[in-house]
Amino acid sequence: MINLGRTDTSVIGRWWWTVDRWTMAAVAVIIAIGMILILAASPAVAQRIGADHFHFVRRQFMFVPPTVLVIFSVSLLPPLWVRRLASLGFVCSMVLMAVVLVTGQEIKGATRWIDIAGMTIQPSEFAKPCFAVVAGWMFAEQREGDRFPGNAVSFGLYLMVAVLLLLQPDVGMTIVVSAVWFVEFFLAGLPILWVLVFAMVGLSGLVGAYFTFSHVQARVDRFLDPSDGAGYQVTTALQAFHYGGLFGRGPGEGRVKEVLPDAHTDFIMAVAGEEFGLILCLVVVGLFAFVVLRGFARMLNEDNLFVLLATSGLLVQFGLQALVNLASTLHLMPTKGMTLPFISYGGSSMLALALGMGMVLALTRKRYGAEGWH
Amino acid sequence: MIRRFLKPRVVQDSGAALGADTPDNGHVRLEDDHTRALEVGRARLIVTSAMFSLAFAVIAGRMVDVSLFKHVAPRPQARHQTELTFERADIVDRNGVLLATSLPTQSLYARPHEIRDPADAARRVAQVLPELNPTELKAKLASDRSFIYLRRNLTPEQVYDINALGIPGLYFEQGEKRIYPQGDVTAHVVGLTDLDDKGIAGAEKSFENELRNRHDPLQLSIDVRVQTILHTELEQTIADFHAIGGTALVMDVRTGELMGMVSLPDFNPNNLSTATPVAMFNRATLGVYEMGSTFKLFNTAAALDYGTATINTLYDVSHPLKIARFTIHDYEPEHHPISVADILRVSSNIGSARMAIDMGVDRQKAFLGRFGMMKPTTVELPELGWPLYPKDWREVNLMTIAFGHGMAVTPLHVVTGVSALVNGGTFHPATILKRNPGDPIPGEQVIKPETSELMRQLMRLVVTDGTGGKADVPGYLVGGKTGTAEKNGAGGYHHKQLLSSFIAAFPITDPRYVVLVMVDQPQGNKESFGFATGGWTAAPCAGRIISRMAPLLDIEPRGSMEPLKVLKARAAREAKANGTLNGEETLNGVE
Repeated sequence: MINLGRTDTSVIGRWWWTVDRWTMAAVAVIIAIGMILILAASPAVAQRIGADHFHFVRRQFMFVPPTVLVIFSVSLLPPLWVRRLASLGFVCSMVLMAVVLVTGQEIKGATRWIDIAGMTIQPSEFAKPCFAVVAGWMFAEQREGDRFPGNAVSFGLYLMVAVLLLLQPDVGMTIVVSAVWFVEFFLAGLPILWVLVFAMVGLSGLVGAYFTFSHVQARVDRFLDPSDGAGYQVTTALQAFHYGGLFGRGPGEGRVKEVLPDAHTDFIMAVAGEEFGLILCLVVVGLFAFVVLRGFARMLNEDNLFVLLATSGLLVQFGLQALVNLASTLHLMPTKGMTLPFISYGGSSMLALALGMGMVLALTRKRYGAEGWH
Repeated sequence: MIRRFLKPRVVQDSGAALGADTPDNGHVRLEDDHTRALEVGRARLIVTSAMFSLAFAVIAGRMVDVSLFKHVAPRPQARHQTELTFERADIVDRNGVLLATSLPTQSLYARPHEIRDPADAARRVAQVLPELNPTELKAKLASDRSFIYLRRNLTPEQVYDINALGIPGLYFEQGEKRIYPQGDVTAHVVGLTDLDDKGIAGAEKSFENELRNRHDPLQLSIDVRVQTILHTELEQTIADFHAIGGTALVMDVRTGELMGMVSLPDFNPNNLSTATPVAMFNRATLGVYEMGSTFKLFNTAAALDYGTATINTLYDVSHPLKIARFTIHDYEPEHHPISVADILRVSSNIGSARMAIDMGVDRQKAFLGRFGMMKPTTVELPELGWPLYPKDWREVNLMTIAFGHGMAVTPLHVVTGVSALVNGGTFHPATILKRNPGDPIPGEQVIKPETSELMRQLMRLVVTDGTGGKADVPGYLVGGKTGTAEKNGAGGYHHKQLLSSFIAAFPITDPRYVVLVMVDQPQGNKESFGFATGGWTAAPCAGRIISRMAPLLDIEPRGSMEPLKVLKARAAREAKANGTLNGEETLNGVE
């Protein structure tokens, strides 16, 4: 399809020979599997809520071309422009998150969404990748800049994001953002004593969330005390994996999607397990692991601290989101409404992930010295 | 995992801590710093990678585990739904045939406050349930009650259709409907329940609590086959003689178990509207009647048992007996003294009255008391009639009660009493519950076995040579006694309003069952030559019942018993022994 000579020095040509094509392929496969699974899972859900059978399918497929476009165009950017884009995006999403708190519509007990140009978007989704890059920049500036208080600035930005998220409230995303920030700080050389302090703060934050937010408490209680019924969705999901076995019951043969309210979002892997079996599920897990670990591996040869920190932050965000989703579905942790990247239904989430993945691809491109920085 | 960060090489580098006030090495960062920072970052990145690898491995392992090995049991609520439990236990007959059971149903009700458009809702509901009147329905839906039934016991299809209408404010109540597969055949024994599933008659009422508490079926002594025979034959007899009603019972004389009990007119317990007071009246256990001549059996047995007369004692029956303002007649007067045996055979009122006089009031009262005639029967039914008897039991009562007038009992009293007369003299209280083999059977010896033996012979005599000939069934040795009572209504006894009955026991040599047929106000027809007496109406019916039920109940037909020969031989023996007879010397009528 793409036939570019090594000597091609056009933007596309240079991109093709420097971008991480393996990661790109893995992401493409994930998106493709996501399209198949949304076809499998969502018609049953749509039918149950009385919508047109292919309501979710159509909407999700509509987002696929923009998603690909965003990944591609962002991955064309040099690191400096990635940083500029992230900074701009961060400012915008912070403003929008503040606006959401005032004017946003409340859905399922949280205020997260905002209508822009006829589209319902969730600004906090876009804040995540932008924050990862901006925080990485600040940490790198602390280490390399001239007396620049990068750590302090990054801490201040983190507090801002965390407070805005908790006000929605969105505990899950707060945890992800905290983890991203903490891992970046850790990679940037946070003294071990402080690592311990932050670990303690993080733990007490989790405990605090348990006592502050009743829905968090309810979910944790249900997880810890399965005798009370492990939660309808989780139990059903586990049964679905069991029914599916190694090879699955076959496409369209699953039944779990008829009873799970979140079959097309948080519990989409249960549908995959029932219809396509363990093998496909392991392939999906493998793909996520591949993207994350390959990204980390490439960073081991990275000479630029900012790139290292930003990329790691983005990958942590991506990987953690997948891990939390899978662990919830498999009853390894309390259910947390977190989507499986590129697979679960959700347009905002797709585009935000595309932005993040585009930045990862942009930052992991091969560069030689300062060339390609601008 | 934290321990790994404690390696010195990593720690010594951490010049940058939280905050910006950490002292720098100099104004210009050394290239060395940059390299070191990168080194720390890379080293720590390996740690992070390891943790992510571990996490993904755990996820993959868990997936294998839940997909292939660990089975999560379905939520328990699904199991509860599969188990059908009902509020009332089933009722079955002695052979396990279903007499009453419960089916789950749903009843449609409305909360009128929640109905937005009563007119529209009424119109649409009426389309699904056309038997409902839309106008009434609309009034119900528009009423200001908070709960109102629209229709009970919908079929699953109707429930589906109502649901499909999607009218808010309509609800279904899970309930049960009692079903009686035998319909009217067992109506009075089994009884029925009302709309709220509460027993209102028969066993359904008397065993209300037990039925609600037990899970296994309640087994009655009734045999549906016998019950069906009683029902068809009695119905036929009532139709043949244009009677207003009747009753028929069969009792196992060895246990007191009722094998069958029918009272007509009856009702269909599946249709509450047929259960009118008249139809629900149980003539067998609630109705009390002056039984007429069948009562002579008790009179004769009392005289024989007390020894105030023997089978051969002669009584003068040639003149009507006058006492106070009453005159006692016989229907077919004999103009010479006749024996006790003949008194029963020809059913002489005068003779019976004279026997009673020899016995006296106290003995008669005590004897009837032993047979449970002075109080309601103890059968397990709510419909029990109190016997009527004179408070002041004078000689005239003594004489009329001897032939079954002046005292009213239920047909069940008679059946239970006659069972004791023929079974060797043991009175078993009547029951509608099946007695388990091996359980002790309550019973009380009320007459001598010899008296019982005599009574069996006398009852056979009535069928072979007396008024009960039409009840005979070849091979089954039927013994019995006819009864024809004039009904006592306003203005005294009515000669045209009869209560005709026949009580039978078979096989009389070793009786197993007593059968009673009673027909209320039969009219004579061509076949009966205009007669409506017990011998012409109830006796043939009893005979047909016996001929149909005996083979079913494994009773072998056998050779005939000839009581006349037996009685003659006995008379000769007694004459030799005593030398004298009370009254005349010859044994008239028996010869």
